[in-house]
Amino acid sequence: MGCFLTNSSLGRKLVMSISGCFLVLFILIHMAMNIVAVISGDAYNMICGFLGANWYALAGTAVLALGVLVHFVYAFWLTWQNRKARGNVRYAVTVTEKGVDWESKNMLLLGVIVILGLLLHLSHFWAKMMLVELMGAHEVTIGDGSVVTPTDGAAIIQYTFSQWYNVVLYLVWFAALWLHLNHGVWSMFQTAGWANDTWYPRLKCLAKIVSTLIFLGFAVVVVVFYAKSLCGCC
Amino acid sequence: MAFKLDSKIPAGELSQKWSNHKAAIKVVSPANKRKLDIIVVGTGLGGASAAASLGELGYNVKVFCIQDSPRRAHSIAAQGGINAAKNYQNDNDSVYRLFYDTIKGGDYRAREANVYRLAEVSNLIIDQCVAQGVPFAREYGGLLANRSFGGAQVSRTFYARGQTGQQLLLGAYAALNKEIHNGSVKSYTRHEMLDIVIEDGEARGIIARNLVTGEIERHGAHAVVIATGGYGNVFFLSTNAMASNGSAAFQCYRKGAGFANPCFTQIHPTCIPIHGTQQSKLTLMSESLRNDGRIWVPKKLEDVEAIRKGTKMPADIAEEDRDYYLERRYPAFGNLVPRDVASRAAKERCDAGYGVNETGLAVFLDFKTAIERLGKEVIEKRYGNLFDMYKEITDVNPYEQPMQIFPAVHYTMGGIWVDYNLMTTIPGLYAIGEANFSDHGANRLGASALMQGLADGYFVLPYTIGDYLAKKIQAPKVSTNTPAFDEAEKAVREKIEKLLSINGTQSVDDIHKRLGHIMWDNVGMARTKESLEKAIVEIAALRKEFWKDVKVVGTADSFNVELEKALRLADFLELGELMARDALNREESCGGHFRVEHQTEEGEADRDDENFVYAAVWEYKGMDEVPELTKEPLSFEFVHLAKRNYKD
Amino acid sequence: MNFTLKIWRQKDAKSKGAFKEYQVKDISSDTSFLEMLDILNNDLVHAGEEPVAFDHDCREGICGMCSLHIDGHAHGPSQAVTTCQIYMRQFKDGQTITIEPWRSAAFPVIKDLVVNRGAYDEILQAGGFVSVRTNSVPDGNAIPIPQADAEESMDAAACVGCGACAATCKNGSAMLFVAARVSSLAKLPQGRVEGARRAKAMVAKMDELGFGNCTNTGACQAECPKSISIAHIARLNREFLCAKLED
Repeated sequence: MGCFLTNSSLGRKLVMSISGCFLVLFILIHMAMNIVAVISGDAYNMICGFLGANWYALAGTAVLALGVLVHFVYAFWLTWQNRKARGNVRYAVTVTEKGVDWESKNMLLLGVIVILGLLLHLSHFWAKMMLVELMGAHEVTIGDGSVVTPTDGAAIIQYTFSQWYNVVLYLVWFAALWLHLNHGVWSMFQTAGWANDTWYPRLKCLAKIVSTLIFLGFAVVVVVFYAKSLCGCC
Repeated sequence: MAFKLDSKIPAGELSQKWSNHKAAIKVVSPANKRKLDIIVVGTGLGGASAAASLGELGYNVKVFCIQDSPRRAHSIAAQGGINAAKNYQNDNDSVYRLFYDTIKGGDYRAREANVYRLAEVSNLIIDQCVAQGVPFAREYGGLLANRSFGGAQVSRTFYARGQTGQQLLLGAYAALNKEIHNGSVKSYTRHEMLDIVIEDGEARGIIARNLVTGEIERHGAHAVVIATGGYGNVFFLSTNAMASNGSAAFQCYRKGAGFANPCFTQIHPTCIPIHGTQQSKLTLMSESLRNDGRIWVPKKLEDVEAIRKGTKMPADIAEEDRDYYLERRYPAFGNLVPRDVASRAAKERCDAGYGVNETGLAVFLDFKTAIERLGKEVIEKRYGNLFDMYKEITDVNPYEQPMQIFPAVHYTMGGIWVDYNLMTTIPGLYAIGEANFSDHGANRLGASALMQGLADGYFVLPYTIGDYLAKKIQAPKVSTNTPAFDEAEKAVREKIEKLLSINGTQSVDDIHKRLGHIMWDNVGMARTKESLEKAIVEIAALRKEFWKDVKVVGTADSFNVELEKALRLADFLELGELMARDALNREESCGGHFRVEHQTEEGEADRDDENFVYAAVWEYKGMDEVPELTKEPLSFEFVHLAKRNYKD
Repeated sequence: MNFTLKIWRQKDAKSKGAFKEYQVKDISSDTSFLEMLDILNNDLVHAGEEPVAFDHDCREGICGMCSLHIDGHAHGPSQAVTTCQIYMRQFKDGQTITIEPWRSAAFPVIKDLVVNRGAYDEILQAGGFVSVRTNSVPDGNAIPIPQADAEESMDAAACVGCGACAATCKNGSAMLFVAARVSSLAKLPQGRVEGARRAKAMVAKMDELGFGNCTNTGACQAECPKSISIAHIARLNREFLCAKLED
């Protein structure tokens, strides 16, 4: 049974669906955490403390990384097969068919933007927090030259989003994620076989709600911290 | 040398004939079936069901079709439904009633025994198709639904929306796929049979052209089944598919098979009228529309003029100014008279000057009353797809204005002569479905073509072919390396060479259109001695012109549609003449064959049961020779020959 | 009406093709698209040129033979119709119309606009049937089928096998075609019996023939001449996954 997840198109799609679902759940939790940073820096740092260099946090990170990797590798694998199936000669005239969303045809492009954003994000945060702890250090220098402890996530956030270009990059990243999830969320139900004509409007609505929630949840942190940096009150 | 026709109709009581016959004919043991090869040409309802059933039995079957998939055969286009004597509606239907309606509908020009067998196996067909997963329409209780159809007073037509032919064909095609999967059937798509090979007087195989590569191939078998449909495209414009042709059947005729009743052509009353000279194809609107639609023309000629000029819209004509001529002439059946009657009545009104479009060749099919009675929603549910199709083609909304319809060539009742076993006059050569002549007499009732194709393929041929093949169990594999095959292949190659080398000035379609005009004007809905004689002369002249002046571009060894069309037209040019000769010989009016000289005072068909109760079987004598006629007398032991009456 | 046609011409499967331009003049607006091509072809024959090869047959939208990609749309600009049901009144006078064959690795070009769709036959041969023999069946009314199920089965069974779904799909996926057959039979008790076997066999054949993976864009359903819903794809997914989980 194990092999149908690799040797059958529907099995491979199921892997995309399940890994995607897992990533959406992770992102929702991550978003909830971020909101905490807006409310209270100390509370946020407490969570960062929980999720430092502990075995469970590490295990979680490993699983997460695996999820991203599987989703990523399968995406390229499927796309490579799809291009081959399309053939060498392409249509001279192409259109977007009625009722077809642009994002559904550009999931790989959106996915790549999301991954690039992720790398940037990791370099901003994970590299300065969990990675530092893993390497046994207890302090880290952030962009403006100040030195903080790796569990002081709030300070790192504050610094990162005081830079306008980071704000722009993050918002672009979130927008790509919004589009990706618009299609991805209902699509994972379809692939798992849990959809029909009655449920399409509902699932697509759910997808819009989830993706918009995620977009707003993340964006609000970025915007609030940027706004704070502008008024310089804190 | 005239044919010695033996119809092999079994003796006994009508209802026992088929059972008795099945008990009497030979069967082939499973071990021997494996050694026997059968070729089936055509994959419509008849061909696909036959090939699948023969494969199931254990024969080695090769099946050929000209399209890219067996599923595309023109059976797929049948819209309305399939008849069966299930009596699920409790309206006193029975095998006998279906038999009687079919015999009567065919104007008493079909064999009693064949038609009874058809009615008898009709019920099995429904069961078979349901088991194959054909999604027939159902009632709320989950049981099968029925609708009414022309020529019957009971509701016995089973249907799957307006796509019954498609669904039945997909069922037969699935059965065929099952056998291809099991390895008993091999499918040759985009292959056209160009000749039948006869050796020692028996069918031994075919010569086929691979339509993609142009290769000429030989295929040998112990029996050959022709299931290639009808030849309505001799008229150029018809409701048949563009590639439907009479060539396979014609090759059999050329090689000695009798061709029966070629003049029996069905003109379907509800087609979309012709719009111009550049049209390639006519579109049929399902006969089921006549269930709720009412056919009329204006009573006053000034209204006709006004409609033609566009100064009056048809819907604005007052009720009392409309002539519902079918209801007027045939009170008992009204709009549900058989097709031939409805078509002729439309022609009569148009000839009298009441045709309602610019060409004067159209009548109205109106749903106003039905919409008032049942509501637009019900009508939409019943006929929505047909209404949409009509609007798409004509740009007129049939919910607001009546449809315009006119008769068009639809089906050919005539075909290769077969005996009760469906074998032609050539041993080992069988013909089933529309390709044979057997069951519909001079007119076919709606929803009966599907019934016949599947009856022949599923329930008749698989038994009767065993009777012949039982004699072949000692025969070795058929070698295709024989003088007969050499000769047939050589003739085919020469014919192709000839066509490609003429390089004249007229395209195949140019000549085909001219043939169509000759046929429609002279061998169409109304035929006279003069028109038929004229047609014979004109067709012969056109045929000569074709062989001197046709222009066929492209090469023999490639995908060449023009060549395919030219080969088919060459046969139509002979078949058209044969139809005219047959029509000329039949000095009576019956069913779809209407001789103007033979009509009653009321303009109804005047059948001549003194002199013409026979099937006219023609024997080929050469391209420009007069074929020889042999008569197969039809004896009516069980039904009384009566004048068809749809009035009361 | 007058039109400029940009048509893909390709001598045979091995040759390289290219677009060629043609002018057609004085076309009546009631002419169907394929009749317009008939007129062009007749002119080409008179000029001694090879006519444009294209597949067509019933011209009533049911046989599934016609297969043109017109101005970026499988079966032309209208929704829910086949190419043979397109009429010239839907185009603008003087317009340039681009006509291409189906483009999909599994549908190689045979000539001009004609492609080989044998792959669809092969998929159905792998399992698109109910394994019943002729004559070994119960009465048609032996098993009542809820009307809604029969209707849903019919919705899927309306597929004409034209190939527009795979030709439209940016992934060259045949999922809508396969799903239509699997779903149609899965909704009926007669087809249910070997549902698991059928789903597995047909998907395996589809993969083997090199069709792509479905990414749920819905382009197939938008271009399907019979408007077959991707809900049938969801059912195929369900059928297949349940079958695999039971293995």
